[in-house]
Amino acid sequence: MTAKLSIRDLSFTYDDGAQALQHINMEIFANELFVLFGPSRAGKTTLLRLINRLADLLNGVQRTGEILFNGQDVYNPNLDVTYLRRRIGMVFAVPTPLPGSIYANLAYGLEMAGIKDRRIIDERVERSLRQAALWDEVKDRLQDSAFALSGGQKQRMCLARSLVLEPDVILLDNPTSGLDPISTALVEESLFALKQQYTIIMVPHSVQQASRVADRAAFLLNGEVVEIGSQQRIFIHPRDKRTEDYVTGRFG
Amino acid sequence: MSRQQTQVLATWLISITAVVVILPIVLVVFYVVAKGIGTVNWQFLSQPPSNGMTEGGIFPALLGTVILTFGTAVAAIPLAVGAAIYLAEYAGDNRATRAIRLAIVNLAGIPSIVYGLFGLGMFVLFLNFGTSILAGALTLGLMTLPVVISTAEEAILAVPQEFRVVSLSLGASRWQTIRHQVLPHALPGIITGIILGLGRAAGETAPILFTVAAFYLPELPKSIFDQTMALPYHLYVISTQVPGMPLSIQYGTALVLLIIVLSFTLIATAIRTVMRRRREW
Repeated sequence: MTAKLSIRDLSFTYDDGAQALQHINMEIFANELFVLFGPSRAGKTTLLRLINRLADLLNGVQRTGEILFNGQDVYNPNLDVTYLRRRIGMVFAVPTPLPGSIYANLAYGLEMAGIKDRRIIDERVERSLRQAALWDEVKDRLQDSAFALSGGQKQRMCLARSLVLEPDVILLDNPTSGLDPISTALVEESLFALKQQYTIIMVPHSVQQASRVADRAAFLLNGEVVEIGSQQRIFIHPRDKRTEDYVTGRFG
Repeated sequence: MSRQQTQVLATWLISITAVVVILPIVLVVFYVVAKGIGTVNWQFLSQPPSNGMTEGGIFPALLGTVILTFGTAVAAIPLAVGAAIYLAEYAGDNRATRAIRLAIVNLAGIPSIVYGLFGLGMFVLFLNFGTSILAGALTLGLMTLPVVISTAEEAILAVPQEFRVVSLSLGASRWQTIRHQVLPHALPGIITGIILGLGRAAGETAPILFTVAAFYLPELPKSIFDQTMALPYHLYVISTQVPGMPLSIQYGTALVLLIIVLSFTLIATAIRTVMRRRREW
């Protein structure tokens, strides 16, 4: 099996000198749901934002090592970063609608990619809203402001908004952080369907969620990978004492 | 004195300072309106001065001010908005950027007469535009730059960072992000800055003194290389340079100038209020 993403000896330091990631190595395979979990400041969000190069927005940072996406280094200067971000979608911890209608939010990525054909856009908007289990709730109010949606609906809209570009990989940064259990279940359910088509890397809300959704998982602590393995291996038979202590709730 | 009494006294003192701040503007407006309102009518606005400026209206000066304000807008807006976008979205925190910011702050502090002299040296003489609308508009534009840049930059920085991050994460380029997710939301603030800057330019005398303003012209300007009359300078002229000038014309002219300048402020406030109310986030 070839890796969808290979992270090789990746280290990252913030402008204040704080080392966020140290010598990270991991492989993520196609159509798996890969979970990055660990206590806060473990470097999970930083790692996600390095994969789609949103970390480029930060000043004065230092990065070494490579991230290969389908075998190609995402930090290759010849790579078009807008192309990369269309292939690797992202959903943020706080639902972030853009000002405008639900439809405008969904269509935005396609329009910026230069797609003008309304039929294609309409069709993709509908399909991605269905994939995010939101279509039935919003099909009659696509022109309403996206800010009028509930928290859970907003987050599913954000998921649909990244799916509309038909990416290869989806990065989910704690997508259920502010959601009630029912909305959380809806999002988790859609993830199981989505991984047939996409590769998903997720920072979970909790250890319990990590264990529920993961195919494989990596436990991060203070910017280092402690252990990587299958759901069984990490959550039932961890080999490292620190992993065991964290998943059983002895610290965290 | 008890704590209670101190409290009452402090409240009074602070209220008085507020009233003292408002009082001059109220008095000025009231005084000028009371003295000038009888003179201002359609005739006054649409007729040129006659009989050695002691009769007739202010049309050439009014038109000149409109033209100069428009010219200032053309000269200043693209440059100022471009600079603001650069500073807010592209410039890193380095020595060059800090120098630019320092220059802008200092530009705002330069006395307007110095702008006038600079305009004379640079545009009228060195670039050989002569005493002309072009030279005057460029001088006023230069003076307007710092205020527009500062307000526009602030408006751009006030757009929530998430909009940029989300837009970029959806594969939009940097410019697409600015064009579609930043500028539309910063626009009310940018427009406010532009209008306030233009309002100031419309009322200034010193920058146009050596660069464009004419004492009296029998004809209207035909091109941007002609001189023009302008309201602030005209007011200065008829108040100090023309013997036997009727007071009513002086106050009428002052009233028109005041209305123009204040209406800029009012329009800016109205735009800001309406667009803020429409904002979703």
